[in-house]
Amino acid sequence: MTRKQRRLLLIGCSLGVLAVAVALMLNAFRDSIVFFNSPSDVAAKHIAPGTRFRLGGLVKTGSLVRGDNLKIRFDVTDGGRELSVVYQGALPDLFREGQGVVAEGALDGAGVFEADTILAKHDETYMPKEVADALKKSGHWQDDYAQRAALPVGGGSK
Amino acid sequence: MIAELGHYALMLALGLALIQGSMPIVGARSDDMALMSMAIPTALAQFAFVAIAFGALAICYVTSDFSVLNVYENSNSAMPLIYRLTSVWGNHEGSMMLWVSILAFFGALVAAFGSNLPAKLKANALAVQAWIAAAFELFILTTSNPFLRIVDAPFEGRDLNPILQDPGLAFHPPLLYLGYVGFSIAFSFAAGALIEGRIDAAWARFVRPWVLGAWMCLTLGIAGGSYWAYYELGWGGFWFWDPVENASLMPWLAGTALLHSAVVMEKRGALKIWTILLAILAFSLSLIGTFLVRSGVLTSVHTFANDPRRGIFILAILVFFIGGALALYAWRAPLLKQGGLFAPISREGALILNNLFLTCACATVFVGTLYPLALEALTGQKISVGPPFFNLTFAPLFLPLLFAMPFGPLLGWKRGDLLGAAQRLLAAAMLGAVAIAAAFALQHGGPVLAPFGVGLSIFVMAGALIDLAERTLFLRLPLGAVLRRAIGLPRSAWGTAFAHFGIGVTLMGIVAVTAWGSERIAALKPGGSVEIAHYRLTFDGLFERPGPNYRDLVGHFTVRRSSGELIGTMEPSRRTFPVRNMATTEAALMTRGVSQLYLSLGDPNPDGTVPVRLYFKPQVLMIWLGALVMFVGGGLSLSDRRLRVGAPRPAKTRPVLQAAE
Repeated sequence: MTRKQRRLLLIGCSLGVLAVAVALMLNAFRDSIVFFNSPSDVAAKHIAPGTRFRLGGLVKTGSLVRGDNLKIRFDVTDGGRELSVVYQGALPDLFREGQGVVAEGALDGAGVFEADTILAKHDETYMPKEVADALKKSGHWQDDYAQRAALPVGGGSK
Repeated sequence: MIAELGHYALMLALGLALIQGSMPIVGARSDDMALMSMAIPTALAQFAFVAIAFGALAICYVTSDFSVLNVYENSNSAMPLIYRLTSVWGNHEGSMMLWVSILAFFGALVAAFGSNLPAKLKANALAVQAWIAAAFELFILTTSNPFLRIVDAPFEGRDLNPILQDPGLAFHPPLLYLGYVGFSIAFSFAAGALIEGRIDAAWARFVRPWVLGAWMCLTLGIAGGSYWAYYELGWGGFWFWDPVENASLMPWLAGTALLHSAVVMEKRGALKIWTILLAILAFSLSLIGTFLVRSGVLTSVHTFANDPRRGIFILAILVFFIGGALALYAWRAPLLKQGGLFAPISREGALILNNLFLTCACATVFVGTLYPLALEALTGQKISVGPPFFNLTFAPLFLPLLFAMPFGPLLGWKRGDLLGAAQRLLAAAMLGAVAIAAAFALQHGGPVLAPFGVGLSIFVMAGALIDLAERTLFLRLPLGAVLRRAIGLPRSAWGTAFAHFGIGVTLMGIVAVTAWGSERIAALKPGGSVEIAHYRLTFDGLFERPGPNYRDLVGHFTVRRSSGELIGTMEPSRRTFPVRNMATTEAALMTRGVSQLYLSLGDPNPDGTVPVRLYFKPQVLMIWLGALVMFVGGGLSLSDRRLRVGAPRPAKTRPVLQAAE
């Protein structure tokens, strides 16, 4: 093989692997992306039952109901709309009423959000970024959160 | 007084870095030895002053000087000494100080021990190193000063984030930073070589120990972080594909590729331009990792909201160094001479394949991590790219790499014999096939792909052993001769075998935990019990236990085999930190061989029951043991005589025992 042929082979292989990588990524982007929605978004977008998404907002104070076998039910609000969430399992350390929460799951036929994951965020501000933005967008952001958020985040992450 | 001393020392260090960044380059251009050699004392002095600054901050923390804002915000006098010390880097400002300290330390090492480096390369590289140091020192001084005072000094500090009050934090961030910053040396040497416009195989020999050391620290740092997340977050997961984790994985992938391409460059003088690019990319990804974690774009907006200058400053550093280096590369790289010839089926070819797959896998992680940020910045649409994305992209690219891995070391340089390598790997392949069959026979209802994963990991491990067996002529010579050959093998050959073996070990752990781990969630009253995988846990009750700066609510559990035989007790707890009014879950772990029982406690319910989460994690420890084996492999390779440039030749060479390369 001449030098030129070898180089062509090398470039061909590289492009081949790269093409496979790009194809894999495009395929994965089609199937595995999860969108973030606030309760108002859910109401506005008419999301079909069974479509996975992330729901974010505040856990409405006084809405938390504990059932048997670690089942819980609570409402998520962004100040405008509310959405009921059911979940079974242990809750992360930072889950509290009146605080921000991000849940992942899908709507059931009755319009209740069935969460299979309640996300634990690593910092102690109780206000995930997405939730803060959603609250600001809906005009229900209170300076109180900002003050709480202004506390030192102390490393903030792992 | 101490804080002001530290502040002043840091300013002096910045001044020295500016001198170190300018004079030697002028000297290298004008062939002025005096100017070039200025790099050495300035690098040493700069390190000394940065060390003074870091030491001053550490003293403020250890003595709980709450008149310093940074100490007040992140420490508390009730914390044990070890956490008062680790909280130095458990916050933004302090961690940047650690970054700069390691950077200056490495610069000083190059200055002190690089006497055999070509003068120009050394001068240029140290100058580039000084630019990086100056940029970060300026960043600390202008936006993240840890030495600021509070006018009315409070009596007590606000405590360190409880999640970070853990022994894991003592070594995880420093190791990660040693890795990140270690790549800065490769970066500086790459930039130095580009500035000078010439490069040779010796370049790879200078850089490889640094890359190897950085890679070792990064490997251990990532594994440590993963184990920390596993036991501290109460979630039982070892890897979340969280952007913060990806930020450390990307430099590791690029660094692994660099490690392998540097071998080709050193041994065969080929792949020069590509190696230079990888050196630039590895450190660029480290910078991006620092940016992602430290600027606050990921975990919270508040860092930006509080001080937007910080994020913008780091972004400017990123653009300057990455953009500058790539521009320099585009301009100067065509001047570098091309290297030697080799056939596609050869050790070089195998290493190129490794590089291809590693860089593509790295690219998928990069896209998956940054795409949501880019999309949000451009359209405001919020999405999350989670494990499904990476499982669909990273895994298909990594698995063929693992399959090809045992072939590489068995191929010869220049022209390899694929058929011969395959024949020699036959035993490994058969072992793998047996493992697949055994896993199928033993598993009931697990994923279909899992046994193949087990087979692949056995193949990888056996392949590494066969490589050693081939080199020592195991079973073909008497045992004594084999031992002598084994001792005579270059340490780097041992290193390769260890590192590749470690990958197999880690893969085994990942496959077993993912496929055969089980989980139970239950709400237990005292006396209640829950069963998982041949074990029965009985809940005996709750009790309180005070700690230095927290209160523990401990659950006491008795662990028995299903047959009733007593094994031991587990005590998971809920730990409340009054200063920050935060609670953390302290999971209890019981190690059985390399498997673990994992038990975490929820908040007690009003009806007196306690929610518990119980996991059985088969072979989970292999994930981190594998990383440890890789680390040892790196260490063996690092101790190879050939890597120590200028090391005196051995007095008596024994040519008979030199292994065939």
